[in-house]
Amino acid sequence: MTFALALEQLLNGLQLGVMLFLMAAGLTLIFGVMGLINLAHGSLYMVGAFACAVVAAWTGSFWIGLVASLACAAAAGAVVELLVIRKLYDRDHLDQVLATFALILMFSEGTRWLFGSFPLYLDIPPLLQGALPLPGGTEYPVYRLAIIAAGAVVAFGLYMLISRTRLGMRIRAGESDREMIGALGVDIRTLYTVVFALGAALAGLAGALVGALQSVQVGMGEPVLILAFVVIVIGGIGSIKGALLGALLVGVTDTMGRFLLPKILALFVPPAQAGMIGGAAASMLIYIVMALILAVKPRGLFPAAHA
Amino acid sequence: MREAMIVTRENLINLILAALLLAVPIGANWLGQPFYITLATRVAILALAATGLNLALGLGGLVSFGHAAFFGLGGYVAGILASHGFSGEPLLFGFSGTNQMWVIWPVAVVLSGLVGLAIGAISLRTSGVYFIMITLAFAQMVYYFAVSWPAYGGEDGLSILVRNQFPGVMTMRPMSFFLICYVILLVSIGLFALIRASRFGSALQATRQNEVRVATVGIQPYRIRLTAFVISAMITGLAGALFADLNRFVSPSMLSWHMSGELIVLIILGGTGRLFGPLAGAALYVAFEYALGGITERWQFFLGLILLLVVLFARGGLLGLLAGRARHG
Amino acid sequence: MGDAVLEISNLAKNFGALRATDGVTLDLRPGEIHALIGPNGAGKSTLIHQICGTLRQDSGSIRFAGQDISGLGVAQRARLGLGRTFQVSSLASDFSALRNVMLAVQARQGSSFRFFKPVMRDKGLIDTAMTILERVGLAARARLPAAELSHGERRQLEIAMALALQSKAFLLDEPMAGMGPEGSKSLTRFLDTLRHEAPILLVEHDMDAVFALADRISVLVYGRIIATGTVEEIRRDPAVRTAYLGDHA
Repeated sequence: MTFALALEQLLNGLQLGVMLFLMAAGLTLIFGVMGLINLAHGSLYMVGAFACAVVAAWTGSFWIGLVASLACAAAAGAVVELLVIRKLYDRDHLDQVLATFALILMFSEGTRWLFGSFPLYLDIPPLLQGALPLPGGTEYPVYRLAIIAAGAVVAFGLYMLISRTRLGMRIRAGESDREMIGALGVDIRTLYTVVFALGAALAGLAGALVGALQSVQVGMGEPVLILAFVVIVIGGIGSIKGALLGALLVGVTDTMGRFLLPKILALFVPPAQAGMIGGAAASMLIYIVMALILAVKPRGLFPAAHA
Repeated sequence: MREAMIVTRENLINLILAALLLAVPIGANWLGQPFYITLATRVAILALAATGLNLALGLGGLVSFGHAAFFGLGGYVAGILASHGFSGEPLLFGFSGTNQMWVIWPVAVVLSGLVGLAIGAISLRTSGVYFIMITLAFAQMVYYFAVSWPAYGGEDGLSILVRNQFPGVMTMRPMSFFLICYVILLVSIGLFALIRASRFGSALQATRQNEVRVATVGIQPYRIRLTAFVISAMITGLAGALFADLNRFVSPSMLSWHMSGELIVLIILGGTGRLFGPLAGAALYVAFEYALGGITERWQFFLGLILLLVVLFARGGLLGLLAGRARHG
Repeated sequence: MGDAVLEISNLAKNFGALRATDGVTLDLRPGEIHALIGPNGAGKSTLIHQICGTLRQDSGSIRFAGQDISGLGVAQRARLGLGRTFQVSSLASDFSALRNVMLAVQARQGSSFRFFKPVMRDKGLIDTAMTILERVGLAARARLPAAELSHGERRQLEIAMALALQSKAFLLDEPMAGMGPEGSKSLTRFLDTLRHEAPILLVEHDMDAVFALADRISVLVYGRIIATGTVEEIRRDPAVRTAYLGDHA
């Protein structure tokens, strides 16, 4: 095991963490402000990826595709909020789970209807192709580094948005006291739609960015959604800071676990078995981490005021 | 008097449901249409799984989004015991599997209960959205384990070459296997009714309504919930073992979160906390699947739409529409 | 005071910079009604929460029935015989009044892990609960869901549940709140007899009831007990008059 290889895996973990943060930030914001659990968040991720792939293929430009992914996911989010989600704020979590589960079925099947069952492919833009040398003699793809950078920019932007802008002030007010922002004269309905669309846009962005690494297909959002749940449960539901730390923790733990566990086990058992046991154990690792954290802190690392 | 009328009405509907579930396969058998027997068996098994979940969700208000873990676990118990029974390879302590259902069922029930105890013990320390997400995450953990563990087929799943045996019954005959599932379903619904009416059931339902009140009279809500969660896991695990035998195949899809979602959907379609809600929901679901699936390949889209409309506009489910509001003595 | 049923010593609880409970020492003796009064925001609710176990104290101790209960949970304290009613009624609202009381009876019997005998065919359980409902005057309303009872009836039901626990001490949090004058009067008469069953720590704003019932009164202001004494002593206490009774007497 070389240093370079470990560094590469660490960067992969970081990149996964950044993706998870984009998903988790929206989920946790929507829960924090509106008290809503949204299973269909993974569908918005998928919408972003499809929008980017289709528009990029059509225009020949990844960048226009990226803009389209933000726009489409935000629009899909706003429409869904206006038609369905809005009716769920006063309902219990069970109704929210069911209604958004129903939305997943409709989004997945609807996308299959429009684009068929075959995956679409999205090329990495020329500007970000190639690789950079890493200390230790290997190379690392520029595109993945760009994703990490994009995630950092979004995290910073989100921080500025929430701490420095009027919209951010309203969001914070909404998180601490839902009745109060009504009293402040803020139009709650519009605020909710905006927050939902913002969360959707972040999910769509994540989908588009990952779309160039993997194939774009129906159901791609679901594994990411569940990881994002693990992230916000670890971080504390409603906390953006928790989402960021949780996302990086989950991203790095998952990636490094898959890389290291088989190697560590190989010191004790024959390599074939080590690969099998190590692989299976690594796939469970983040859930075990989650269980351990919850055993100590049932409301996550950064519990929000209400939940 | 109004109350008494509603009771008989719900009981009557329950009776009709139970009779219909028996009549359809008997008719199909007579007409030589084994496909419908398989559909009815599917209804019975899904209803059994959902009856398990209904204990936790309907009575206890515990929205478990991870019951697929128990369903799949039961399925894998049946699959793994059968595959060792077939190959003769030792499994544990010299025990080399079995194709006898009467051995498989208790193993599935006990293992599901133990895993339910572990998952419940951690998850029930939380509540609300946390509980939903954590049960989902633990089920996903089991799912990924099954996918990445190659010994029993991994992603491809595991076939059961010959349906497991039950003494004195030709289990390969669809009608016989249906009757096994039907009897187990009715016994479980009876058990559900007993539990619901019992002191434990009172405490469980009170925990759903007002946790603080329950603690204030000196009952620890956590213990009540954990017990309910474990019993619930056991019943759903048993259903999983039957489901594997129905399909003679078990794969990680039984453990997937779609399965957990479907089980909740069955309960809601039928009517939450209702004795026959899971059966009504399962029948409706399988009928949708079959009828819509016959019309359009995109039936899941319309299933989603129907589900959305039910959640938004018809919250009592089918039994709520037919038999009025649920009542508590 | 070795014979006190409930002994609270030096209890303290802070919420950030706010001292909600500030070194409270208080006891409850057999056969007495000990009233706890104080203006809104004095920390009465916080104190009740700590006695019941829904909040943990930062320091100090609570002894009940000869045992340190400071570290026990809500249910454990209730099992020891601490019967409580809530400021805002807290009931299993889908259940009938009868089933609410039956729940308390089965809790006292420690029989909540029986899975097979239907409670509604359990004559012993029903009869015990009905007897208690008769005592509080709710027998005629026994079959109504708790949610459909009137405000006053829900308060009576809460007391019935505390009775069903055969409590060694009652902790009544503003039982008169929202009751009409008639209701208050009959409840006052009822509590007067109840004290012989078990002592009562009574948090109450209705001064007529407090003065009619209390053997001793403690006055809580800003988280501190500023005086404890008989009705007469409290009426005369200058500190109490300025701090609290000034706007009542």
